[in-house]
Amino acid sequence: MPILQPLGRTFLLFLQATGRIVLFTSTSVSHCVRPPIYPRLIGRQMIEIGYYSLPVVGLTAIFTGMVLALQSYTGFARFSAESAIPNVVVVSITRELGPVLAGLMVAGRVGAAMAAEIGTMRVTEQIDALDTLATNPFKYLVAPRLIAGLTMLPILVLIADIIGVFGGYVVSSYKLGFNPATYLKNTMDFVEPQDVISGLVKAGVFGFLVTLMGCYHGYNSRGGAQGVGAATTNAVVSASILILCFNYFITELFFAR
Amino acid sequence: MTPKIRIRGLHKSFGDKVVLDGLDLDIEAAQSVVVIGGSGSGKSVLLKCILGLLTPEAGSIQVDGEEVVRMNGRDLERVRRKFGMLFQNSALFDSLPVWENVAFGLIQGERMERDAAKKIAIEKLAAVGLKPEVGELSPAELSGGMRKRVGLARAIATAPEIIFFDEPTTGLDPIMGDVINDLIVKCVRQLGATALSITHDMASARKIADRIAMLYQGKIIWHGPVAEIDSSGNAHVDQFIHGRAEGPIEMQVRAI
Ligand SMILES: Nc1ncnc2c1ncn2[C@@H]1O[C@H](COP(=O)(O)OP(=O)(O)O)[C@@H](O)[C@H]1O
Ligand SMILES: [Mg+2]
Repeated sequence: MPILQPLGRTFLLFLQATGRIVLFTSTSVSHCVRPPIYPRLIGRQMIEIGYYSLPVVGLTAIFTGMVLALQSYTGFARFSAESAIPNVVVVSITRELGPVLAGLMVAGRVGAAMAAEIGTMRVTEQIDALDTLATNPFKYLVAPRLIAGLTMLPILVLIADIIGVFGGYVVSSYKLGFNPATYLKNTMDFVEPQDVISGLVKAGVFGFLVTLMGCYHGYNSRGGAQGVGAATTNAVVSASILILCFNYFITELFFAR
Repeated sequence: MTPKIRIRGLHKSFGDKVVLDGLDLDIEAAQSVVVIGGSGSGKSVLLKCILGLLTPEAGSIQVDGEEVVRMNGRDLERVRRKFGMLFQNSALFDSLPVWENVAFGLIQGERMERDAAKKIAIEKLAAVGLKPEVGELSPAELSGGMRKRVGLARAIATAPEIIFFDEPTTGLDPIMGDVINDLIVKCVRQLGATALSITHDMASARKIADRIAMLYQGKIIWHGPVAEIDSSGNAHVDQFIHGRAEGPIEMQVRAI
């Protein structure tokens, strides 16, 4: 049985795809930093990514904060460590759950929409039309989205952090009988700048990854409506996996010593 | 005199499918050349190679004596400013209103002020027979014939030296097709532009062409003035212009 042959072929395909993504990324980044830039387009993408994602990210954050408080209470009550709840909530939200869940929600919302929009532009020759009108599609389509993703996700996550902590606070003080003032004081005493900063760095990276995957799969889509559908799925799946993967490595960078 | 566009030995394949196989073509300045050929014969691929949207494997394409194959960056952008193109399905930007589509090359390419560009866009819309109100619509609200007109207005907005028309009449009713043909002739004359059109619609070809070239199996198998098309003495050309199923051109239809 030739087992090595398909294995080798898969590996080569993997290398090829990686190479293409690296090339796409470096071209995109070089267009992000070289003029001309399009403030109007960046602004539109910022509103699309930042403002319109607020409800979905906010809802995710508040329920996550609430369930964290509830779950840690049922666990910690067994060995009378309930006072650690504010600490658990704030650290989990700022370090991990805020950026990861916001990243995943934005991947579903924004990454998919980008892949569909750019993919449709590809299969209806709108990208060719951009080129013939002497406008670089990387500059006009990709760069504004990457810049908006990179800057808006940290802001979204900062808001998600606050909403998440608030969710934990509400459940703890109204359901679990905590003193509200003590809860807030414990939270503020315990949280360290590094917790929040590491989360915001993650958010920036995730925002970049989500928009990059949306643009990459859209830009390279082929063959009509079906191709655009495939691009959308691939954008969301690849962005989600990359988020979880990069999440581990950034955590290691910040906290493993 | 050097021709405006000079193509020699152009080869382009996708995988093992050969589309262009050593194509030669000269287009003189201020001439209107129509390339005819069957569906899938590579007409659009030819245009995309000249515009640098596809890279041929071999051959040379010179625009004003300047080699454009494998050109990139600012040089390519500079050469592309000489061109306007009407795409087969118009390829209008559906995120922008009609006037911004028409003004796109002026605003993005030539950095013109939006107000000034809008004025020109409305003039160009008028030139293709559309009212200023149409400028505020979104492309999704337009009929096929209107989309073609807007595409045409966009192609001529920057007053290019060379204009490409990819199947300008396909998908339109015969009357609207003729309206578009008239507009093309008028616009090209007004600009004094060089035109390269591709079509399989013979009525359209006869109307807009000074010269006709026939593309078959990746090569130009015949070219000459439009008046000689009926006496070309070429069996392939005769079969094509009369639209006969019987003849030397074998349609690649799989047996059932
Ligand atoms: N980007 C592409 N990838 C693969 N095949 C292509 C591509 N573009 C065109 N082709 C193939 O090239 C052939 C010629 O296409 P085209 O130039 O669009 O034909 P037409 O003469 O109808 O305009 C077709 O068989 C098409 O399948
Ligand atoms: Mg075509």
